[in-house]
Amino acid sequence: MTAFDRTLAQEEEQTERHRRLAGRLPVRLLTHGLLIAGGMIMLAPFLWMLTTSLKPIEQTFAPPYLFPSYFNWENFVEAWNAAPFGRYYLNTIIMSAGITVGQVLFSSLAAYAFARLTFPGRELLFLAFLGTMMVPLHVTLIPSYLIVQKLGWTNSYEGLIVPRLVSAFGIFLLRQYYLSIPKELDEAALIDGASRLGIWWRVILPLSTPALATLGIFAFLFAWNDFLWPLVVINEPDMQTVQLGLAMFQGRYGTRWTLLMAGTVTATIPAIVAFLIGQRRFIEGIMTDGVKG
Amino acid sequence: MIAAWWRRHNRNGDLTTAIIALLPAVLVFGVFNIYPLFYTAYLSLLDWDGLSIERSFVGLANYQELLASGLLWNSLGVTAYYTVGVIALSIPLGLVVAVLLNGELGKSRVFYRTIYFLPVVTATVAVSVVWKLMLDPGSGYINVVLRSVGIAAPSWLRSTTWAMPAVILVGVWKRLGFNMVIYLAALQAIPREYYQAAEVDGATKRDLFRYITVPLLAPTTSLLVVVALIDSFLLFDQVFILTNGGPVGTTDVIGFLLYRHAFRYFELGEASAVAWIMFIVVAAVTLLQWRITRFGARTVT
Repeated sequence: MTAFDRTLAQEEEQTERHRRLAGRLPVRLLTHGLLIAGGMIMLAPFLWMLTTSLKPIEQTFAPPYLFPSYFNWENFVEAWNAAPFGRYYLNTIIMSAGITVGQVLFSSLAAYAFARLTFPGRELLFLAFLGTMMVPLHVTLIPSYLIVQKLGWTNSYEGLIVPRLVSAFGIFLLRQYYLSIPKELDEAALIDGASRLGIWWRVILPLSTPALATLGIFAFLFAWNDFLWPLVVINEPDMQTVQLGLAMFQGRYGTRWTLLMAGTVTATIPAIVAFLIGQRRFIEGIMTDGVKG
Repeated sequence: MIAAWWRRHNRNGDLTTAIIALLPAVLVFGVFNIYPLFYTAYLSLLDWDGLSIERSFVGLANYQELLASGLLWNSLGVTAYYTVGVIALSIPLGLVVAVLLNGELGKSRVFYRTIYFLPVVTATVAVSVVWKLMLDPGSGYINVVLRSVGIAAPSWLRSTTWAMPAVILVGVWKRLGFNMVIYLAALQAIPREYYQAAEVDGATKRDLFRYITVPLLAPTTSLLVVVALIDSFLLFDQVFILTNGGPVGTTDVIGFLLYRHAFRYFELGEASAVAWIMFIVVAAVTLLQWRITRFGARTVT
């Protein structure tokens, strides 16, 4: 809310300033020029990816680079036949959905416990949870794999989902949020006969929908883009995720760039779409966390 | 006695609820985070291939071998090269774009912000595949452009000199939007009065930037540096796709070294030793970051 108000006020100020600086056109042009130049560098790989995926193979490196002479949808068909991208999609969607729901749900539960309940060892446990943020996947990779193996979870959805079912970052984020929800609401629910968990379900959870949505988008993107863990846990082609499948595809079809790009487009479209839909929330989520440290 | 303790701490059912609420998290973290952390330490003291029944305890031999073999030092050096490169480029550039964008309004700003942030949210694996195409020494777009302006085009991912710079390039491209967004938020938090007061005193645009903006952005900058540091240290996806460890180990970053030893050579002991070394570095840097941003004080209270 405040960020929006601030932006609005600033916009008004800046419109004023721009009116005063009307003569500073060259500066504005330069600014836009630089931003556009940089923007094109940012977008170039995406443009290249899109256009190459639509070219016939002989034209991969031929000018005009960014415009195929006709749309060769064949590439996508071929790519989907060469590797089971449909299957990859299914696996990745299941995995991402599982992780997203899990992280949102369980982080919220844990955050509620830390924010609203009193119990012995609360501070210590919270610190321990935070501590897990210091431990990157690489460090726990080998034992985690051995455990997953022992549980028989290699090449399975459980193996992909369960180790990432909770997010320490999410717990931290939501706890901050819950601490700022007035306790009167809790008490009102208590009077109505709700249990402590009931309060979570009926009061806290609905109230934190924006934060949950942010967390959900983070979780989904993380899951969709993840590579190292699926790489280690999955070796059956049928169970591969989109990123893993793409990597293997790239290994096999090394220089068949048109096919490769078709595969890459397939791999990235959902994440890009998800981002474009939730981008305001996503970016603002990062900004709040980044600036407040 | 236990019953009494329970009654005392479970006055309003908080303890029971807490146990239920925290059970999933405790289980997941315990099994897949905490326990593996210690198990890695234990594994690093063994000589085991993960398959056979026999595992011999070799004490610190793995560490000694690593330190002596040069592989570890190469990895640490290469990783440091990458880290410094990414930080030195993506942070100033991120600031520049943020400053440029700071003067924009509404739709224009959202438009640019989206464009610059897109690389950040796209999968590293996917973008690395595309960059591999663009970096193709023969006909990749980058070299075509370079040649068209008369610059000698290097063989990028196949050259021992240019492989790592290429990886750094991809890394910078991918991070810039993130740095920009954070800087943008911080820039907008600087009160305009500071600038106005300085302008009244006759300060130039450059002075404003040097003496107001940059110092006030110092906390943001250190935060970005630390985040980039840790992220870069854990580099893996890009290397896997782009270079597979690089021509003659020039892009053999420590994360990749670990993976290779564990899942290609099946030397779990040595890989775990590498993992533990990685942990020490990351933990040290994270603790430093928490100290810098006074994370602890603000969070626990």
